[in-house]
Amino acid sequence: MSGVRVLVGTRKGAFVLTSDGKRERWDVSGPHFAGWEMNHVKGSPVDPNRLFASQCSGWFGQIIQRSDDGGKTWTQPGTPPGERTTPEGMPKGESNKFVYDTSAQTGKALTTHQWYDGTQHPWEFKRVWHLEPSPTDPDTVYAGVEDAGLFRSTDGGQNWQELAGLRGHGTGPKWQPGAGGLCLHTIILDPKNPGRIYIAISAAGAFRTDDGGKTWRPINKGLHSQYIPDPNAEIGHCVHHVAMHRSRPNVLFMQKHWDVMRSDNAGDSWQEVSGNLPTDFGFVIDVHAHEPETIYVVPIKSDGEHFPLDGKLRVYRSRTGGNQWEALTKGLPQNDCYVNVLRDAMAVDSLDKCGVYFGTTGGQVYASANAGDSWTPIVRDLPAVLSVEVQTLP
Amino acid sequence: MIRVILPGHLRALARVSAEVQLDVKGPVTQRSVLDALEAQYPMLCGTIRDHVTQERRPFLRFFACEEDYSLEPPDTPLPDAIASGKEPLLIIGAIAGG
Repeated sequence: MSGVRVLVGTRKGAFVLTSDGKRERWDVSGPHFAGWEMNHVKGSPVDPNRLFASQCSGWFGQIIQRSDDGGKTWTQPGTPPGERTTPEGMPKGESNKFVYDTSAQTGKALTTHQWYDGTQHPWEFKRVWHLEPSPTDPDTVYAGVEDAGLFRSTDGGQNWQELAGLRGHGTGPKWQPGAGGLCLHTIILDPKNPGRIYIAISAAGAFRTDDGGKTWRPINKGLHSQYIPDPNAEIGHCVHHVAMHRSRPNVLFMQKHWDVMRSDNAGDSWQEVSGNLPTDFGFVIDVHAHEPETIYVVPIKSDGEHFPLDGKLRVYRSRTGGNQWEALTKGLPQNDCYVNVLRDAMAVDSLDKCGVYFGTTGGQVYASANAGDSWTPIVRDLPAVLSVEVQTLP
Repeated sequence: MIRVILPGHLRALARVSAEVQLDVKGPVTQRSVLDALEAQYPMLCGTIRDHVTQERRPFLRFFACEEDYSLEPPDTPLPDAIASGKEPLLIIGAIAGG
């Protein structure tokens, strides 16, 4: 019988939640890396036992961890084959080195972006927000980092090289951090076109490459943001998350700071599909595993009040690709709930019926085994949840 | 033999339970001790000083014989008691909380 593994990153460690295909009883493993901020944990689609984790600390910086046994044991990538430890018995590895490419050939020596006060500010690496393993190669993984940049490893996470064409394509000096920092938080690899990658940055917007990361262009036409000097600017929009169904890689759904958007032409243009949502501010957005026009968001009251409207935690589902939305409330708290659901904290499994999962800043991870019709908490009292990813296991 | 006491999170990362002991060739300085530490425990590279600039991370400090050496140049010799192993070099994280 197939199973599900839910990978949860929290402010104080990572947790692995596992269940069989019924998704009724769950085993909880963790905390892994207790006390560390775990921004993201994600598995390789090629080898489900290979997991990558972003481990971070304000004191000690960025670490990349990898598991090759589904999260039971972890190591920093970089151990030479056949030589897993130092003579003293310590694991070898140095995988936490993210250095921006400033070479004239590829990096164009781009070293500044716009700061909060409008002045130029040097690019400074802070942390990895998102890890996106390749759909075809278990050793290739992408990392979206703060300050915004895209890195790639082709040796299982040991060495990282920046795809500097993104920062160097021309608009980089105009990028400005959002309140959470200048972070590259979304990476979508087109399953049908290996050269095409979508990324999103707060608060610069969405970008696309069609040549494997050499050249990039902004894809923000149709976004309208009242909070920037030119509401229709080419860049500067605070995109919170973007989602795609793998059967239709040209169709994208976006939760912007305010507004839920969709594009039917690979981001060349966007239309608002907020429709009847009670508020269209939010962070997460995801797509049903089997129904490409069924999408999910969690509306949040406002950018000043990061909690659900009226204290009611509601997932909204649209079966029409946006505009018409229904509230999903069964099993979710409908009073006095003031948690947030952060941008990488929703995911789906590919069982039938589709499972939907999300985590909150209050430490709950909710699961629905029936595409959102009803919900149950898998765990209630974790540290604040930063990310949720799901693996459907054979 | 040089003795170094790490913050708890770095002990977990390096998978050591108490102080670490290092062989340091030549003068015993912050730089030579950290070089030896990172050579023996490569997973600590980048966690105490920046990969590129080699500057101390801002929330960490180095104490030796009850004195703060954090702001000393990295090639300043550490006290004899550190070089002889009588006293450990302390790497301390800033206290957070309220």
